[in-house]
Amino acid sequence: MAVAKQKLSVPFDYDKYLRKDKLPHIWCPGCGHGIVLKSLLRAIDNKELSKDDLCMVSGIGCSSRTPGYVDFNTLHTIHGRAFSFATGLKLAKPSLKMIIATGDGDAMAIGGNHFIHTCRRNIDMLIIVYSNAIYGMTGGQSSPTTPIGSIATTARYGNVEPPFDICEMAKAAGATFVARGTAYHTQELERTFTEALGHKGTAVVEVIDSCPIYFGRMNKQRGASEMMENIEKNGTFSVKQADKLPDEKKEGKLVRGILHRVERPEYCEQYDKLIVAKATK
Amino acid sequence: MAEPEKKLPRIEISERRCKACSICVDFCPTNVLEIRGTSCVVKDLEACTRCQLCDLRCPDFAIRVFD
Repeated sequence: MAVAKQKLSVPFDYDKYLRKDKLPHIWCPGCGHGIVLKSLLRAIDNKELSKDDLCMVSGIGCSSRTPGYVDFNTLHTIHGRAFSFATGLKLAKPSLKMIIATGDGDAMAIGGNHFIHTCRRNIDMLIIVYSNAIYGMTGGQSSPTTPIGSIATTARYGNVEPPFDICEMAKAAGATFVARGTAYHTQELERTFTEALGHKGTAVVEVIDSCPIYFGRMNKQRGASEMMENIEKNGTFSVKQADKLPDEKKEGKLVRGILHRVERPEYCEQYDKLIVAKATK
Repeated sequence: MAEPEKKLPRIEISERRCKACSICVDFCPTNVLEIRGTSCVVKDLEACTRCQLCDLRCPDFAIRVFD
C-alpha cells in the first residue's frame, strides 16, 4: 500500500535512509555534498523505491564517501572504477537500481575511460557527478573541471587548462539522459533526480557544488554561503531562461536542467535477449 | 478581546551533527538563527515562517522545523 505523502509542515525524515551511527559525516563545514545527498534521498522517497532494491557504488574521493552514510546496498570501490564494478553488479543482478556517486576527478580524470564506455553501452544506472572543481580529499589539487584562472595547490599562479564540460562529454559518449543541477537549487535538483531515477538507461546528472575549505580559501571566497551565491546561483541559468537571456548574460555561465533525453536499447536487456536467442537453444 | 496565542514552530537542532557552517543562518529570510560556539541556535523563534529553507539546505542533517 502506498504511504500517504507527508504534509509540507512535517519535515522530511532523512534518518530512515541513513546509517545514523555514522553521522556526523566527514565532509567539511559548508560542503555541498550533504545537500546533494538530501535531494537524492527525497527523490528516492518520491519514487517510493525500496532500500533493498537500491545499490549505491562509489570510487574514491569526498563524494565517494556517500555510500557510507546511506542504508542501501553499498559498494565502495577503487579510484575511478565505480562504473566498472557497477556494470558487473548490474549484469549479475539486473533487478537492482544502480546509483553511482562520483566526483569530478574520479569520473573525468582517473575514471574517464570507464565513464565514457558506461555511457556508450547505455547501462541502466544513475551517475551523479559531484562537481566541486577541485580534489578536496587530497589537499586541493586542480581537477579536470577547475575553471581557467582559478588557484589550486597544483596551480599556484592560476589554472591554464580549459575545463571539461561533463554534460557535453556524457552526451557525446552516448548517455541517454543528461542533466545539470546545483546544490543551491536543491528542490530543482530533487525533481531532476526524480526524473533521472525513472529513466531507463544511463542517466548522468552533474551537480555543481562548492568546496569552501580548499577551492574557497584559495580563490578568495568568503564562506560556504557566498560560494553558493556566487558559483551556484549566479554562475548558472536554467534551460527555461536560456531563450530569454541575452548572450552577454550567458557568457561564462552553465545551463542547468534536463539537457538531453533520448530512448535507446538498454545494455542488460539486449544482452539477455542475445543469451535467450543464442545460448538457450 | 485577547488575541489567540500564536502557535510557534518547533526547531530541532542536533548539536552533535551541526558544524556551524552558517548556511542556515545566511539563507534564513527572517534571521531566526545564529551561530553560538560550535553550533547554530535559535535566536528569534517568533520570526520563523516555517519556510524550511534551513532544513532543505543544511548539509549536515542537523536541523528540522516542525509545525
